[in-house]
Amino acid sequence: MTLATHWHYWVVIALMMTGLHIVIARRNYVKKLMGLSIFQVSVIMLYVTMGKVEGGTAPVYVMKGEGHDAVPNLEIAYSNPVPHVLMLTAIVVGIATMALGLALVVRIKESYGSVEDDVVIEKDRAEEEALES
Amino acid sequence: MSELPLEAVLFMFLLVVGIVVGRLRNLFGAAMLTGIFSFLSAGLFTLLTAVDVAFTEAAVGAGISTVLFLATLALTDDTERPSERSWLAIGVVSVTGLALFFGTFDMPSFGDPEAPIHKGVGQHYLMHSWDEIGLPNVVTSVLASYRGYDTFGELAVVFTAGIGVLLLLRSKSAVMGAKAKPIPARSRAPYVREMPIVRAVAKVMLPFIMLFALYVQAHGDFGPGGGFQAGVVFAAAFILYGLVWGPRAVQRIAPERLLEGGMAFGLLLYGGVGVAALFAGGTFLDYSAFTPDHPSHGQHWGIFLVELGVGITVSAVMLVIYFVFTARPRPRLPKKRGPLAPPRLTAVPELPVDHSKERPAP
Repeated sequence: MTLATHWHYWVVIALMMTGLHIVIARRNYVKKLMGLSIFQVSVIMLYVTMGKVEGGTAPVYVMKGEGHDAVPNLEIAYSNPVPHVLMLTAIVVGIATMALGLALVVRIKESYGSVEDDVVIEKDRAEEEALES
Repeated sequence: MSELPLEAVLFMFLLVVGIVVGRLRNLFGAAMLTGIFSFLSAGLFTLLTAVDVAFTEAAVGAGISTVLFLATLALTDDTERPSERSWLAIGVVSVTGLALFFGTFDMPSFGDPEAPIHKGVGQHYLMHSWDEIGLPNVVTSVLASYRGYDTFGELAVVFTAGIGVLLLLRSKSAVMGAKAKPIPARSRAPYVREMPIVRAVAKVMLPFIMLFALYVQAHGDFGPGGGFQAGVVFAAAFILYGLVWGPRAVQRIAPERLLEGGMAFGLLLYGGVGVAALFAGGTFLDYSAFTPDHPSHGQHWGIFLVELGVGITVSAVMLVIYFVFTARPRPRLPKKRGPLAPPRLTAVPELPVDHSKERPAP
């Protein structure tokens, strides 16, 4: 375990934490979702770095021979296709769920007049107190 | 390791962009930066030989998600209120980061061909997918055939998210029936419509983007691409058209009913292929059952059809999401003018527009 062999993972973790920090520390809901998308890309990158093989090419066969007799060259190294498959569908699912989150933010803006965390909580609290008294 | 310096530079850019997104209080700027973040990470995915992932990330992250963020900002606020520094958040992030950092000590070296991850099914797919499926792109074989069940589930999630956005944001008038016109947000279009360069470039680009989408859809078996990417690129072409000529212009070619039908049709096509395999005597989504004498032919047909289903559902969901976001009336608009009235453009000086060429050819 040295810098040369593991630095990819460490940079990805730094990226992940940048996203996580935005999600926890920022009050604005749109900003939180931006942080979440940075976090998501970092997680995807972690999986992709694990699928990489030293000197390997993309998991699309390099063919030997011509026309119908062509067969894949299995002597050369290919990266692992499994993380790629899982991650590419995760990206599309991610944007669909992100849209759902943004739709919720729009509705929050319409009912509360703000997309800031503290304002929304404040309004909720005031309403609860008004109900109790 | 010739790509190492490039990887390091891209990672550094990513870190800088990520930090700036966090600090920037102008949310429009931050939204554009998330697009740049996606593009940079797509470049990195290419270096890491994940070409299919890079393709998807470039189309989704730099194309659709930026537009969605901007659409949300148009409906909410474009500046973030300053928030005080929270030491608790920094502490939580540091502890989590350190824990993950220690976790990597047990991980195999980057690129190690002997790592456990390469010993399982991945190895089998690489070695045998040519005999069992017969497609050069192993990612497509795994996506649509070996793990077709997973992909079916993912597509169902995309479909469900589309339904969720429709339920949350579809305006009341559109729900009442087909008679009530959906409220178009043409308010945002006029600015762009008066820019001749944008219009001219968009007009030239559009057919090529669509042709490219079809190519990606059909060629996913042989190179990077497939239904997910093609669906997103196809939707991006329509969204570009909508950005320039207004969402109403897109709705003339792609009415909402058609898109909503498309959302369901793609998923049903995928599931239908699976059920057809059952009737042909195989298991669910086992395409070899279609042509027992020549299994790889059946595989080709099955993969083509399910990828088509994926493409249709993904592009329909993306477009429906775009439409409901843009059709939502802005909350800050004064009630008196009503949502249908176009906003005044007094702040913008009248540009000399050639009105004879105003309308795009139908």
